[in-house]
Amino acid sequence: MAYALQQLINGISLGMIYGLIAVGYTMVYGIIGMINFAHGDVFMIGAFLALIAVLLLQLGGLMDGPAAILLVLLFSMAFSALYGWTLERVAYRPLRGSFRLAPLITAIGMSIVLQNYVQVSQGARVKPLEPLVPGGIEVFREGGFVVQLSYVQMLIVGVTLAVLAIFTLLVTRTPLGRAMRACEQDQRMAALLGIDTDRTISLTFVIGTALAGVAGTMYLLRYGVIDFYIGFLAGVKAFTAAVLGGIGSLPGAVLGGLLIGLIETFWSAYFSVQYKDVAAFSILILTLIFLPTGLLGRQEVEKV
Amino acid sequence: MNLPAALKDAALGALVALGLFAPLVGLRTDVAPGGGLFLRTRWADVAILCGLVFAGRLALVLWTGRRGLRPSTAPGPWTARLQQAGRFFAPAMLAAALVLPAIPGIGRYELDLGILVLTYVMLGWGLNIVVGLAGLLDLGYVAFYAVGAYAYALLAQHFGLSFWIGLPLAGILAAFAGILLGFPVLRLRGDYLAIVTLAFGEIIRVLLINWASLTGGPNGIGGIPRPSFFGLPFSMAGGEGTFAGFFGLEPSPVHRVIFLYYLILGLALLTNWVTIRLRRQPLGRAWEALREDEIACRALGINVTTTKLSAFALGAMFGGFAGAFFATRQAFISPESFTFIESAIILAIVVLGGLGSQVGVAVAALVMIGGFELFRDLEEWRMLVFGGAMVVIMVLRPRGLVGTRTPSIALRERRAIGGDLVGEGRG
Repeated sequence: MAYALQQLINGISLGMIYGLIAVGYTMVYGIIGMINFAHGDVFMIGAFLALIAVLLLQLGGLMDGPAAILLVLLFSMAFSALYGWTLERVAYRPLRGSFRLAPLITAIGMSIVLQNYVQVSQGARVKPLEPLVPGGIEVFREGGFVVQLSYVQMLIVGVTLAVLAIFTLLVTRTPLGRAMRACEQDQRMAALLGIDTDRTISLTFVIGTALAGVAGTMYLLRYGVIDFYIGFLAGVKAFTAAVLGGIGSLPGAVLGGLLIGLIETFWSAYFSVQYKDVAAFSILILTLIFLPTGLLGRQEVEKV
Repeated sequence: MNLPAALKDAALGALVALGLFAPLVGLRTDVAPGGGLFLRTRWADVAILCGLVFAGRLALVLWTGRRGLRPSTAPGPWTARLQQAGRFFAPAMLAAALVLPAIPGIGRYELDLGILVLTYVMLGWGLNIVVGLAGLLDLGYVAFYAVGAYAYALLAQHFGLSFWIGLPLAGILAAFAGILLGFPVLRLRGDYLAIVTLAFGEIIRVLLINWASLTGGPNGIGGIPRPSFFGLPFSMAGGEGTFAGFFGLEPSPVHRVIFLYYLILGLALLTNWVTIRLRRQPLGRAWEALREDEIACRALGINVTTTKLSAFALGAMFGGFAGAFFATRQAFISPESFTFIESAIILAIVVLGGLGSQVGVAVAALVMIGGFELFRDLEEWRMLVFGGAMVVIMVLRPRGLVGTRTPSIALRERRAIGGDLVGEGRG
């Protein structure tokens, strides 16, 4: 029981990170209908940016307290967003309106570029960072087993929920959000009604990659070990989460992320660690066989 | 565009570059000997990069006279020329491939490179059946390559089967894997299909790593038997019963390389021949019809299930052949050879070449794999250049290097049409 509770806590904090990345995927997919394969790598860049920010602050002797963490978070978000903006500008905008596979290939190309760019500029070695937010609270004790809720996990859940709340408000209440939803429904019609679609798409990338920056920062705080390759698997899992929740649906992305995080954690805890990825992917395949549009996805109407 | 505006544009580009490169290039995190991390500054590199972006952007803006590049789907001037020469282009390439080992100055290294390029040509042609003809986006093609390679390696190791028996068996097993993947994804379309095939590829890789009792885990399988020339082994010892001995040649390691070269050339041509023949038959036509419009297909009474499954199975079978060849050539296989990046490269070859164009796939494989080899002195920068090239080629020519297609069936006159007139499929 205590063990299961601990796994639940771990699964939720992992799932939140997947959810944050998945939101970026799902937004981009919703608005321009393409898999942004490089999104996982922007998450990796976000983690590296956070690491650099932490080291900069430590150099200045300022790395303590929540304000410092907030600074790291903002630094990572801002520069990740710049990467996202450039990505869209360089690799996707020239192919807008082109055929469907072309942006997929440029996305894979950009993913290779970003990975190797970080490998070249930051080195291939794993970067270990000492825990910045140590400790936690004891939730529950059963026999010799202590259920721990660490401060980092609380931070992850808190920050994710806060960011998602702000983000939901942005999409549902602001003119930008309205423009985004309009572009999602019908880009040409939105353009006819005076919406600057290029700008809206750019901003979608900026917001999505800023969320990837948040996810990268959280990953760094939680696990403390990063390298240039973490983006691929995290990206694939997050995309799985987005598809599982129904691609294009924002609550679906978070739900999918939580499910993938929980499945992975429980599978590692009770069955085998080696096959945790197989478990996550098998669930994905099973879901899609029975619910081809994901859990919360819209049924696609097929017209002749 | 006038000069001041161009300068302003370039300066903005340099400013963005500064933002991009300042943290990640300018500040390098290094692990100190004690275990902690420290930052090393490299502002000079950042300055150089920003200068390069400024100069590049300025040149680009002044040269094109407008901002950014525009993709072109219409056949470009050189494709038109290629089309004129097209009648001779494919046969010329084929002839060059056939006589390559006989050309003086072609050594072992060039032949090895040729084998590598031809392996990718074959994989590209195999995937072309699934993606280019049937329009089903498959991101996990490397799984079938892996199934073929491991099938041959295990059959050879446990049952002592020779390459010539192992090859068809590996193909058949890979085809079964293709059907296994095909069944659950029959109802999926577009990106859902892409992600499930990707997941399938990853599942196969994780299985290969963790099922150590069968596959040797991360250590892989070594000592895979080499193919023989109709029962005559290639041996440095020479003498009776070996290839060199039988034909009275001086034993040389190059014999085997030449044999492997012709072997993969033959396998690739077999793939190409089967594809070309099938396109004229009901099955191939059904694939292309499926790519153009699935609903119309159903309305016309085409069995979508068997059509999709046969595309997956045939594509997988050729992937399996290529895998068996890879295993016998390397004599050692491990899961590291079958990562997602391989699938991505094969798909990139198919798309860059021009979906559905047989010649285009061959050209793209030559450009990508051969070009990759040309840059081998760049070492760790090589993949960076590779990914960059993928982006640039795709942005400039979204419909692939060969922008024209020859329809499989035509009324009266058979003419090449623009690649953008061919459907890409939603599957």
